[in-house]
Amino acid sequence: MKKAILAVLTAGLAAIAPVSLAAQDAAAPVVTQAEAGAVEGAQTAPGPEALPGNLAPAEAALAPQGQGAYTPMAPTKGKGMPTSYEDDAIKSLTFQDQYSDNGEYALWMHDGILMPVITVISLLVLGLLLYVVVRFNRRANPVASKTTHNTVIEVVWTIVPVIILVIIAVPSITLLARQYETPPADAVTIKATGYQWYWGYTYPDHGEIEVVSNMLDDAEAAKRGEPGQLAVDNRMVVPAGVPLRIQTTASDVIHAFAVPSLWFKMDAVPGRLNEKMLTIKEPGVYYGQCSELCGARHAYMPIAIEALPPAEFAAWVKAQGGSMPGEEAAAPAAVPAAEAPAAAPAVAG
Amino acid sequence: MATTAEGFDAHHDHGHDVHDHADHKPGFFARWFMSTNHKDIGTMYLIFAIIAGIVGGAISGIMRVELAEPGIQYLQWWAQFMGGANDLNTALHMWNVFITAHGLIMVFFMVMPAMIGGFGNWFVPLMIGAPDMAFPRMNNVSFWLTVVGFLSLLFSLFVPGGTGPGAGTGWTVYAPLSTSGSVGPAVDFAIFSLHLAGAGSILGATNFITTIFNMRAPGMTLHKMPLFVWSVLVTAFLLLLALPVLAAAITMLLTDRNFGTTFFNPAGGGDPVLYQHLFWFFGHPEVYIMILPGFGMISQIVATFSKKPVFGYLGMAYAMVAIGVVGFIVWAHHMYTVGLDVNTKMYFTAATMVIAVPTGVKIFSWIATMWGGSISFKSPMVWSMGFIFLFTVGGVTGVVLANGGIDDNLHDTYYVVAHFHYVLSMGAVFSLFAGFYYWFPKMSGRMHSELLSHIHFWTFFVGVNVIFFPQHFLGMQGMPRRYPDYPEAYTFWHEISTYGYYIMAGSMVFFFVNIAYALLAGKKAAANPWGEGATTLEWTLPSPPPYHQFETLPVITDAHDYHDHRPATA
Repeated sequence: MKKAILAVLTAGLAAIAPVSLAAQDAAAPVVTQAEAGAVEGAQTAPGPEALPGNLAPAEAALAPQGQGAYTPMAPTKGKGMPTSYEDDAIKSLTFQDQYSDNGEYALWMHDGILMPVITVISLLVLGLLLYVVVRFNRRANPVASKTTHNTVIEVVWTIVPVIILVIIAVPSITLLARQYETPPADAVTIKATGYQWYWGYTYPDHGEIEVVSNMLDDAEAAKRGEPGQLAVDNRMVVPAGVPLRIQTTASDVIHAFAVPSLWFKMDAVPGRLNEKMLTIKEPGVYYGQCSELCGARHAYMPIAIEALPPAEFAAWVKAQGGSMPGEEAAAPAAVPAAEAPAAAPAVAG
Repeated sequence: MATTAEGFDAHHDHGHDVHDHADHKPGFFARWFMSTNHKDIGTMYLIFAIIAGIVGGAISGIMRVELAEPGIQYLQWWAQFMGGANDLNTALHMWNVFITAHGLIMVFFMVMPAMIGGFGNWFVPLMIGAPDMAFPRMNNVSFWLTVVGFLSLLFSLFVPGGTGPGAGTGWTVYAPLSTSGSVGPAVDFAIFSLHLAGAGSILGATNFITTIFNMRAPGMTLHKMPLFVWSVLVTAFLLLLALPVLAAAITMLLTDRNFGTTFFNPAGGGDPVLYQHLFWFFGHPEVYIMILPGFGMISQIVATFSKKPVFGYLGMAYAMVAIGVVGFIVWAHHMYTVGLDVNTKMYFTAATMVIAVPTGVKIFSWIATMWGGSISFKSPMVWSMGFIFLFTVGGVTGVVLANGGIDDNLHDTYYVVAHFHYVLSMGAVFSLFAGFYYWFPKMSGRMHSELLSHIHFWTFFVGVNVIFFPQHFLGMQGMPRRYPDYPEAYTFWHEISTYGYYIMAGSMVFFFVNIAYALLAGKKAAANPWGEGATTLEWTLPSPPPYHQFETLPVITDAHDYHDHRPATA
């Protein structure tokens, strides 16, 4: 299994490396097909419906796959994705709706504390400036005072900001403490690895499932009813409502795993394994984008998390040939390793 | 006091011998290429900064036009123009080259040369009553190192940098994208450019520190120095302490790239995050390096046009010292998402918020300086008031970003872009324009048009706000920085932002027309065109000042406070 994945990745990288104009479109299907063929083909008898590697990616995703079939969830407009000004002018001015407890707390802190404080301070300074303009211009006040200091007011404008900052610090430190809570032992572990320029997701507790996730081109995304440049061929599927242990690392340069609607961002650094707990409150599709400059196609390696009810997640795991923790791991079937590179068409120069 | 008086007398005796030569200027080549005159070097720095600003501003124009709508519009054309291949990845690489060049040019070759090299060189000696800088030849070396650094950066645009020509690493040059991730000499030239500019700045910093500590006019104690001189002194210390760390970090990058070391390569026991710590240990003081001289200029200007001494002089001076000191212990707030320990993150959150206190002291002291004043709204003053408001807006979003937990969402989004452009592109740049209009008559001997500078102010004010205010919205909605392309949902505010660029670019026409007008047809400037509020020493000299000034040192008597720096018998 591992070998197959390596082969797939090597093939994928090799296909991407000799860059070309066609790469924008070609790179996406390359790894998709190889991955689909290897991972799904690895676990199940290669019946006709289990060979999506032979289909175009779209058909593969939509094709019924028999029992335990997994159909990518349709995203809900405005949930887990940015909102355009045309759709909702007010929503386009602020944060995306939050779907994690920490996200809701952070959003509350921003909307309830930070935003009012900074608005009041900005308006106070603006108001003072306007007052000064009106009251102390040359005509209104021909003779300038000679005041040079006033200890009381200087102490006041030092102490008052300190108090305001202390008030901000309390929820801020609380938020940090919450974000760093240690995940429980039974949290679902997903390791996200950044590559130039796609994401790989492995599920070490679920029979080492590996999902390779490439951006869909805009036409394909539109066909599937997903937002362009956010949609991917294979999503990171997770259970909703239970703690997840998200780990990030990278294989080449630094990437960052970021999902705005979950208030989640963690760098993927080569040679390091970052870990943070995430609990997604409800099922849905949540999009994000790489958030650390990682080279040419930095803008083209989005993240799509699909949160499913735990039972459906278990079914997805099954369909991927994995196993739920506690279950006996599915016997690692022999991998048709040769298939992987073959499935990766060379990118036309 | 007795010692200084003796020193003064000694100078006085010499003064008469050379007085006739005070305005004798060397020939063109010797004057401009072998210059040892702080005013000439300051002028060259300002011209250099304007040229670099045009280049950096044009690059931002390319980027804003590209971002006006989703999809890749013009980058392939630019890739081919720069000699790259005609394919999508080269075009996308071009984008990274533009963001890198824009950042490096604006930071190292526009703001820093203008503030420290330009206004610092011109006015620190004048304000402290010194004939020149302490090390005039080293001053010249600083300038030409900066120029060669700029050329090295421009050269890097035309040599291979991995996916295409030029260094596409971002101005932060993070490893391993800048090491194993960028094949070809472009990144080496960009790094070399930073070495040269950094060396120039270190030399300049030692020069300023020596000058300010040793060459103040008799009687001008540290606590009687104008605040602009204070600001340059603090800035020089920041440069002296921060730049060597950058030099070390980028030298390690160079050896990682070329000589097989693995400082930042985990495969050899190194760590990419180490680079970030080193970079931001320099990088955070760097942002104060870019704004502190601006603070100093604003203090001078606000006091001048309010006809009032600056309010809370000592508080203002030591607020800058405090900002400088605290600026060295907050660097990791640029790295909140890198995988810091929770206690580290809590510390940096708290430490970062502390900076708001001395900054608040400065904002309120400026307003208190105006309070009770008799304000005339000349061009430097309107730019200063614009600065105070816009810097406040940029500052408060800094308080938002200081919270490590909040930053988990905003890090590396357009909110950050909006924040640092409010404090730099509006803070630093507004103070630069304020300083320019304030001192242009002194430097050139000609008055600029108040009308044109007011039009420049209002159009620029509208332009930059239209560019950057919507970027807060984009950032909160999740738009990442350094993206040439984006999901359709972000289109509207990007389009507005691009319109803002057109307004801003148009407003610059008024600036250049104004300079041309002033130089060709401007009225002759009096020694002090700004009236009774202008009390620093440069206004006691004719406009422009003689080639060599203060051959007779001015004496600041005990009767003078920090506000009035003019000698008793001016």
